[in-house]
Amino acid sequence: MSILISKDTRFLIQGITGREAVNLTRENLDYGSTIVAGVTPGRAGRDVYGVPVYDSVRDVVKAHDTVEGAIVSVPPGFVKDACFEAIENGVKLLVVVTENVPRKDVAQAVELAKLRGARIIGPNCLGIISPDEAKMGGVGGPAANTRQAYRKGNVGIMSRSGGMTTEIASTLTAAGLGQSTCVSIGGDAIVGTTYAELMPLFEADPDTEAIAIYSEPGGRMEAELAEWVRENDSRLPVVAFMAGRFMDEMKGMRFGHAGTIVEGKEDTTAEKIARMEAAGISVAERIEEIPALIKARMQASRASTQ
Amino acid sequence: MRFYEYESKALFRQRGLPLGKGSLARSPEEAKRAAEEIGGPVVLKSQVLSGGRMKAGAVKFADTPDECPALYEAIEPILVNDQKCRAVLVEEKTPVAQEYFVSVTWDGRRKLPVLLFSDMGGIDIEEVAEKHPEHVSKTHFSTILPLTPRIAKEAIADVGVTGSDLNRLTPIVFELMKLFLDYDLTLAEINPLARLEDGRFIVLDGHLDLEAEARRRHKTLLAELGIGEDETRQAREPTEFEIAGRKVNEADHRGVAGNVVQFDGNLGLVIGAGGGSLTLFDAVRNHGGKPANYCEIGGNPSVKKACELTKLILSKPGVEKIAVMMNVVSNTRVDIVARGVIKGCIESGKDPAEVITIFRIPGAWEEEGFKILEKYGVEYCDRSVSMYEAAGKAVAKMGAA
Repeated sequence: MSILISKDTRFLIQGITGREAVNLTRENLDYGSTIVAGVTPGRAGRDVYGVPVYDSVRDVVKAHDTVEGAIVSVPPGFVKDACFEAIENGVKLLVVVTENVPRKDVAQAVELAKLRGARIIGPNCLGIISPDEAKMGGVGGPAANTRQAYRKGNVGIMSRSGGMTTEIASTLTAAGLGQSTCVSIGGDAIVGTTYAELMPLFEADPDTEAIAIYSEPGGRMEAELAEWVRENDSRLPVVAFMAGRFMDEMKGMRFGHAGTIVEGKEDTTAEKIARMEAAGISVAERIEEIPALIKARMQASRASTQ
Repeated sequence: MRFYEYESKALFRQRGLPLGKGSLARSPEEAKRAAEEIGGPVVLKSQVLSGGRMKAGAVKFADTPDECPALYEAIEPILVNDQKCRAVLVEEKTPVAQEYFVSVTWDGRRKLPVLLFSDMGGIDIEEVAEKHPEHVSKTHFSTILPLTPRIAKEAIADVGVTGSDLNRLTPIVFELMKLFLDYDLTLAEINPLARLEDGRFIVLDGHLDLEAEARRRHKTLLAELGIGEDETRQAREPTEFEIAGRKVNEADHRGVAGNVVQFDGNLGLVIGAGGGSLTLFDAVRNHGGKPANYCEIGGNPSVKKACELTKLILSKPGVEKIAVMMNVVSNTRVDIVARGVIKGCIESGKDPAEVITIFRIPGAWEEEGFKILEKYGVEYCDRSVSMYEAAGKAVAKMGAA
């Protein structure tokens, strides 16, 4: 099993005729994903690698029945409406890959999603992969590269960086640790789904035995995760890697993702590390330490349940 | 991007928020004239993109216009948290009965805007929240339901304000909430919001931050306020090197090769992507290396873009060698970056084998990339060498140089 997506997940791609989206379509099809249709207003009747294009999500749903997911790959100014369109036409899982979406637009899309029982991953993310099943988004790149880095297994990954999702997966794979589902959650200050919001899904997934996360300065997401792990007495060992430690001394500067600005003391890596460690989350100094930490923690938790 | 106080107040005035008399002075004479027009005691405030002005001595009081030129000259050279004074705002000094705090910002956990209100304004709000939680209200509000004044009213009443104060405060707080959403702000703050001895309320100080991603939507406002397109309003002014980096990135729409930030070391970094750069920068420093810059490449930049970025970094005074490193790449092609970086070295008159300490970019099109690197004798490694180890190799070569 996995979380969020499997090879049976049927999804569409909004903005499918755009340069990035055309690549996405091919990479996702090659990896085994089920792409039902694409949407670009005014381009109905065309196809992208055999995927039929429609003017609207409504037309897709009419022709293909309910569609579970949508990748949103439209310019920043169109993201909010694309999300609204997908949500109001019954799509329950949205992956927004677009960068530079203003926060208000994200908040509005997330609010509507919540009202309608839908979930947004991203924006500014590479999407979701359940290795050897399907992927939804640019995560891992071309199918051959994706297969090299990701293997089916029992570690869930959550990452604020798309690239580091693959770096961590590749490191785990090399150490013989496969992955259940990996989620690039996005690097913005407001994202549709945070670490803590994904935890219950991993917790309920019998195939997930441990979690690896990539984290960085800015925001309260790590604090929220630490609280969740403590309050829910999670069965899953969590190992975190914290990047951007140099930023603690550089308040107000923006490096990397939009969400990384250190505004207050709680945003610093030092504070986040302290909170996570207090909640029993192991914090790795280097990426290559993650597999050994996970193996040790998995062994310990197996021993305690026997 | 942060607005100066005088810019924030120009927007407040447009929106009908109550302000005292005041005008902006750009010379000692203008400061005197401003005080004459106001008549009576005034306050002179440095216009600077930082808090802590009072502590730094960049806010001063004058009883007569004649005192103003000297005070202007005292304030103008003061740096507040390394930020320069742009002008001096001269305002009437008003007899204040009570100070309030009101701010709207985003709560990333709830993913909603949050209104903070306190009847203990003028001091550090975090301290108030800690010591007197009953004096701070925190109210989240919707971004899709119609915004109405009752949210402001409830937030104000939550700290115990009632009577005519409640009715006078409500429209002010409501206006700030609307302003926050209308202009894609990340912070809209009035502190202090003062009740004068005669019962009126006025905005004494304000702080607005516009989200960089939303700049394009608010061109008219930025033009009205006189904010140039090249003003980043970051925590410090961009250096020439950083401005040049932005130009490299903007000259070509394909991928990203920019976001350079200047440091003063000798090892130039051609690194990526978003999270990878943070990881690699830490790694270089942990090995005792001295980065000359931070930067980001990603999203499959063209050969030209990677080349221009390399040239820019190599041209930075003090840069001896560079390290080219990324996390395992998905959509960026290894061969294209390799080609661009080598071209950049050659066009800078350097031998790629000499000047590139290590090339660690595994992933899409790596075989092709590695072939090119081999041809030029550049040391490279694949994913079996970790990002941390690659950074170590780069730093070790600097030591040997």
